[in-house]
Amino acid sequence: MSKDIRIRKGLNINLVGAAEQTISKAVTSNVYALNLDDFHGITPKMLIKQGEDIKAGEPLFYNKNNEDMHFVSPVSGELVKIVRGARRRILTLKILADKEQNYVINKVPDLDTADGEAIKSYLLQCGGWPFIKQRPYDVIADPSATPKAIFVSAYATAPLAADPDFVLKDKEQEIQAAIMGLSKLTPGKIHVSVGKSSRSPFNDIKGIELHKISGPHPAGLVGTQINKIDPVNKGEVVWTLSPQDLVMLGELLLTGKFNAERIVALAGSVIKEPKYYKTKIGAEISTFLYASGVKEDRFRLINGDVLTGTKTSTEGHLGFYNNTVTAIPEGDDYEFFGWNKPVFNKISSTRALTFSWLQPNKKYDLDTNTNGEHRAFVVTGRYEEVFPLDIYPLQLLKACMVKDLDEMEQLGLYEVAPEDFSLTEFICISKQPHQQIIREGLDLLQKELG
Amino acid sequence: MKEKLHQLKLKYQGKKMAPAFNALHTFLYTPNETTHSGSHVRAADDLKRTMNTVIMALVPCLLFGMFNAGYQHYSAINGFPESFDLFEHFLTWDNFLVGITTILPLVIVSYGVGLAIEFLFAVIKGHEVEEGYLVTGMLVPLIVPVDTPLWMLTIAVAFGVVIGKEVFGGTGMNILNPALTIRAFLFFAYPTWMSGDKVWVHEAVERAGTADAISGETILGSLAQGSDYSYSLADMFYGFIPGSVGETSTLLIILGGLFLVFSKIASWRIMVSSVVGALVMGLIFNGIVDAGWLPEYSKFYALMSFPYWQHLLVGGLAFGIVFMATDPVTGAQTNKGKWYYGFFIGFLSVMIRVFNPGYPEGVFLAILLMNVFAPTIDHYVVRGNIRKRLKRFKTATIYPKTSDEVDSLKTETA
Repeated sequence: MSKDIRIRKGLNINLVGAAEQTISKAVTSNVYALNLDDFHGITPKMLIKQGEDIKAGEPLFYNKNNEDMHFVSPVSGELVKIVRGARRRILTLKILADKEQNYVINKVPDLDTADGEAIKSYLLQCGGWPFIKQRPYDVIADPSATPKAIFVSAYATAPLAADPDFVLKDKEQEIQAAIMGLSKLTPGKIHVSVGKSSRSPFNDIKGIELHKISGPHPAGLVGTQINKIDPVNKGEVVWTLSPQDLVMLGELLLTGKFNAERIVALAGSVIKEPKYYKTKIGAEISTFLYASGVKEDRFRLINGDVLTGTKTSTEGHLGFYNNTVTAIPEGDDYEFFGWNKPVFNKISSTRALTFSWLQPNKKYDLDTNTNGEHRAFVVTGRYEEVFPLDIYPLQLLKACMVKDLDEMEQLGLYEVAPEDFSLTEFICISKQPHQQIIREGLDLLQKELG
Repeated sequence: MKEKLHQLKLKYQGKKMAPAFNALHTFLYTPNETTHSGSHVRAADDLKRTMNTVIMALVPCLLFGMFNAGYQHYSAINGFPESFDLFEHFLTWDNFLVGITTILPLVIVSYGVGLAIEFLFAVIKGHEVEEGYLVTGMLVPLIVPVDTPLWMLTIAVAFGVVIGKEVFGGTGMNILNPALTIRAFLFFAYPTWMSGDKVWVHEAVERAGTADAISGETILGSLAQGSDYSYSLADMFYGFIPGSVGETSTLLIILGGLFLVFSKIASWRIMVSSVVGALVMGLIFNGIVDAGWLPEYSKFYALMSFPYWQHLLVGGLAFGIVFMATDPVTGAQTNKGKWYYGFFIGFLSVMIRVFNPGYPEGVFLAILLMNVFAPTIDHYVVRGNIRKRLKRFKTATIYPKTSDEVDSLKTETA
């Protein structure tokens, strides 16, 4: 039994350079890196020193606030560098990989008999826990809390994002194991959303509540689905996972091995042959970037999709949570009378001499230009058209900007993550940094109310 | 050119005059700014494009106003043509010449003074020049009588921009519509220049008391005095009537409004609900007259018996609804709130019109009043959303944290 959800508000951003559905094996990376910014709000305490050897799946560091929460190494090798920033904050951990990979094989719990506590401590110890994120606050889940439900979105609507149906092919066994494990951690349901007409492996998985979802972006964002299925109330906790991370959890639960392998979509108009690559978390992006080739020298390389990803460089590494790498042209050039002449080659949500409404399916080659300067909020009613959540986006953003905790709480900040505001940020006429505003609001709320 | 300007921009970066330079630079070229956080790509429109769209919608009204200035002027001298021909009597060089010599200075003064103040504040406060005044500067000459003295306009614009907008923090922060603040200032400071039968026709003031005296009263003015007017319905709709520069042609205002709604720049909700509000109030007044509750000698009789839907054709109601009520900054910001906000603008406009015999026009007062109430309307709309969330909260399933249990056990044993 599945339930249908149809999202009406939103906007699909069609870009050129979608990944072709073939998988190549990426060249093995020499150095792997974990970027600590990927783990928002975690203060790391190192377990090994620079220069020491480590096995794949062996803990690198733990969470200062929760000693049980281990973060493990994706590969075996030597921890060659701990890159530190201001006030000796750890930024990046770099591991020089061995030629022969050695894995830690953990003793797996019996999925049929083990209780929630056993599963929980297993995932915490073996490095599977960081894949579980929670709302409120959009951070790694607090193990001491019990979620009222777990949400997985196996429907991608973000521009050029990896197609979950494709990357999850033949992974039913792992997914089923992960679902069985996770179901012991919540008394509630595990909600999984798939595309309406998709041939998702989730169609045959037991123990989940399957939702068939359709509509434009942000229908595929888990925040949209939570809001439509079972919104987060004050005090409640829900967990979210990406479907590809479910596969890793499943393998960890079945074999005891932390297998950092992942299928990544390399996409974007700059890429000559956009397609999928099999690689590992933390691998050098250059190991597969140049296999596909790039069309120009200067471009923006993004860990993730163009709306929510983080900026990286050709020396960068694949992020912990990312399964898409996008390359688009940099837009640091002037455009003569760009503000008043008719626009045919860019996407717009208005029709103010912008003509993207004529061809809703046309694919665009957007660059990173902001197409205008930062301004105060002026226009109203535009965000609501692309924001399907039952929340007033403009009012919530303003509450976050003025740090009004009561208002933030009442207007539903608990329910959202920065990514839910990626589309309003995209269309924002005042070019305000919505995701940053929401992130700062969430951090403040968490700090004040814990 | 592009390179030279880029070098200049780098040279002035961080200097005091940078905002002034950037304002001019960004007019020529969309800046080379790229995304830093969040979305790496952005949609095509910015505030300049938005404001530009509104100005495009206003240009037909401005041009029509120029021809109409001449038409009203010559018609007041020679009498209205018996058989009106658009090209022979209206779209003539003579008419346009009168218009351009009287109205272009208004436009130049409005933009000159307003933008000068905007630039000054931007430089002092070190922020970029915001585009809000582009529309305000265009609206101002369209909502004043044709012969408004330029010194008067200068003072009013300075007042409106400083007190109406900059003290609140500039574009996006103001509570009252700046263009209407300017109009209100003119009205209360110089009432003799804003009403009566001398101000709506070019040179009427100068010729007053001479043998060549001319005059022209607006339809609302005639109605307020209980006298007749000689304009047909078609005149009202097309706009061949005396009035403020840009407000007369309902046809062009409707076209501008449709353009703004189609381009998704202005809110159709506000426009529709304002029209409904005006019609409702008009119907109520018509009903009172029909019911015979109002004696014919009442000073309100003429205005109250005026057919309800014709309120939309005369005075500044249509112009106000399309171009002023829809200002997103000072209007209601929630979609639901916009319905209430618009409705009361239409409703109150007609009400003030009828009950204000001294000055039979209420649109600007109604919009300013609703500007003040817009945050309150939004507050209650948003409260509704909050209440819904609180209601949901009652059925929340909150599980105790495992650490809580441990702590409570500890306290029990201790």
